[in-house]
Amino acid sequence: MRDWAAKHRWESILIVVLAATIVVNVSLSPFYLGFGNFVNLFWLSIEKIIVVVVMTFVIINGEIDLSVASVMGFSAAVMATLYEGGEIPFALAILIGIAVGAIAGLLQGVVITRFGLPSLVVTLAGLIGFRGAARVLLEDRSVGDFPEWFERIGQQTLVGPFPVALVLFFVGLALAWVILERSAFGRKVYVIGNSADVARFSGIEVDSVKLRLFVASGAVAGLAGILFAARVGAVQGTLGETYELDIITMVLLGGVSIFGGSGSMLGVVLALFTVLNIRNGLGLANIDGITQTGVIGLLLIGSVLVPNLAQRYRLRRPRAEAVANGPP
Amino acid sequence: MTESAAVAPTRNSRFLRPERVKEATLLGIIALSVVVFAFLIEGYLSGRFFNRVTTSVVVVTLLAAAQALVIFSRNIDLSVGSMVGVAAYLTGDYLTATGQGPISALIVAIVVGAVLGSVNGLLVAYGGVPAIIVTLGTLALFRTLLSIYSEGANVLAGDLPSWVLEFNNVTLFTIAGFEVRLVFVIAVVVVVGLQFGLARLRWGRRIYAIGSNPSAAAQAGLPTSSLVFWSFVGSGALAGLAGFMFLARAGTISATAGAGLELESVAAAVVGGVSILGGSGTMVGAFLGAVFIDTLKLSLVRVPEVSEFWRDAFLGILILAAVILDALLRNRFNRRWSAEARKAMEATGPTAAGMARMAGGGGTADA
Repeated sequence: MRDWAAKHRWESILIVVLAATIVVNVSLSPFYLGFGNFVNLFWLSIEKIIVVVVMTFVIINGEIDLSVASVMGFSAAVMATLYEGGEIPFALAILIGIAVGAIAGLLQGVVITRFGLPSLVVTLAGLIGFRGAARVLLEDRSVGDFPEWFERIGQQTLVGPFPVALVLFFVGLALAWVILERSAFGRKVYVIGNSADVARFSGIEVDSVKLRLFVASGAVAGLAGILFAARVGAVQGTLGETYELDIITMVLLGGVSIFGGSGSMLGVVLALFTVLNIRNGLGLANIDGITQTGVIGLLLIGSVLVPNLAQRYRLRRPRAEAVANGPP
Repeated sequence: MTESAAVAPTRNSRFLRPERVKEATLLGIIALSVVVFAFLIEGYLSGRFFNRVTTSVVVVTLLAAAQALVIFSRNIDLSVGSMVGVAAYLTGDYLTATGQGPISALIVAIVVGAVLGSVNGLLVAYGGVPAIIVTLGTLALFRTLLSIYSEGANVLAGDLPSWVLEFNNVTLFTIAGFEVRLVFVIAVVVVVGLQFGLARLRWGRRIYAIGSNPSAAAQAGLPTSSLVFWSFVGSGALAGLAGFMFLARAGTISATAGAGLELESVAAAVVGGVSILGGSGTMVGAFLGAVFIDTLKLSLVRVPEVSEFWRDAFLGILILAAVILDALLRNRFNRRWSAEARKAMEATGPTAAGMARMAGGGGTADA
């Protein structure tokens, strides 16, 4: 137990924070421990948490994708426009929506790998451009009145009392976990994140790995946009705006290094649980969304700052002793 | 804009340095787009349009400068939008309560920004937390504090002293319908001053050095922590000044004022040739980036064939085009210069100048 905690310092911190959050939440509201609240917790953020999983790969790989929220909006807008046109079956419109997300990712991935540009810059252009494309399609309209099965897609129970979206999320998460930490592809993601040059000289096909991750990121963002549309029952050009910050915050809070090369799926899952529980608890205590975001921001900074300061304090003491004893 | 050539470092004898090529290219692109728009829009090339661009570009210019200042040292400041909001709101509040004049309002705005910036600076420089994490956190945090402080109330234009809303229109002199307004002059003076400091003064060169290679800079004995700290304070002060300009332009300020400006400022800096990896780029470039983006935004809405909804889609494509062009140019120069440097090395053995050319970084070549 102690060995595990020493090796997984970040995860241990998160477990403590999560436990504290749960204890506080339970004392705050009698509804908290209900099954309905548990399902709500995930369902109300489903579009964010599925993107968090793929963003973990992208950041460990040493890149970033700021465009995810705009791609969400764009995919949903494409789907909604096709539905409105009414010329093709709705199911096909959904598939095209997801495919458009994948193409958006491919486009950005090609520019990043082909020209060697920083992904921060390219996906910033994507953030602005794809949001613009969504607005071009929908202007300031809101498209709704989707078929009933679509609006119930996530809440339909599948296994026992668990809704489809939740089951899908956990299956996807398990899959992502295996790929990241138990497969050759996952090892490559880490190696490239540590040093793209070393990876290249070791014969790893760096560009191809990166490209695949950006395509995956776009496709998952597209899927997230469509799930979001299903959840709220309407699509607007502004769908998902500014979600990228929330998504990246959850990944970084999970202990994934912004410089790439380190981080674990366990950490990200714990961070995800923590953020959802904090928001849920604050929501039950009637604290508004902006303040919730502030608390998450504070937690993000604190989670890096506190261990840093603690380490510095620990390093300083032995050094002071060494100085007192004089040079060996 | 001719000042840029005058204040750029002259120790390096090479005339076609990358940052100068970038600036010239961008200037050419701006000129080209103005010509294109002149064909598309009737009565485009008028004093009125010049006045509108030079007034509206001020906020983004100051923020692009704020952003560039920290990006040069290989950091980033995602909290500038929230700092603008806080500074604009508090300054508006102060003016509503006291009815003071412009000087004290400017001081309040800049001090508020600098204090917020020092929070970022402390955490990054002395707390050892990466800038992107700190400023992602304070982006949310500053906004939250503002929303708690404001209690949902707005600063109302009607309650402000009357000089505030006239501040934007104060004109220093007019040439053939082209008004040179005070706010624009302030922005240009700030940019030129920073350009001079960064290119010529010791702290400026050191900031580039940190951005090129932080650990080498620390090994060389540069006070990296304090320089990074002060660059964040500077970034905050500039955001505070931008907040004042925001107040003067908008009048009515809500708790969400300035949201989203952080990404626009990064976009302006990057389009202006500031490398996101630190160590290269210029203030004049960032300024041109801001002018380019603002000109496009204000012009596209006036093209009858383009609905306002096309604006962002175009903007995204153009930013992408600008950075790709930049990458192509840089690769070209790097290849040519490393070939030259290799030749020089074969002739004389390795020299410091030759090594610097091999590295090929623009602003870093003589740092």
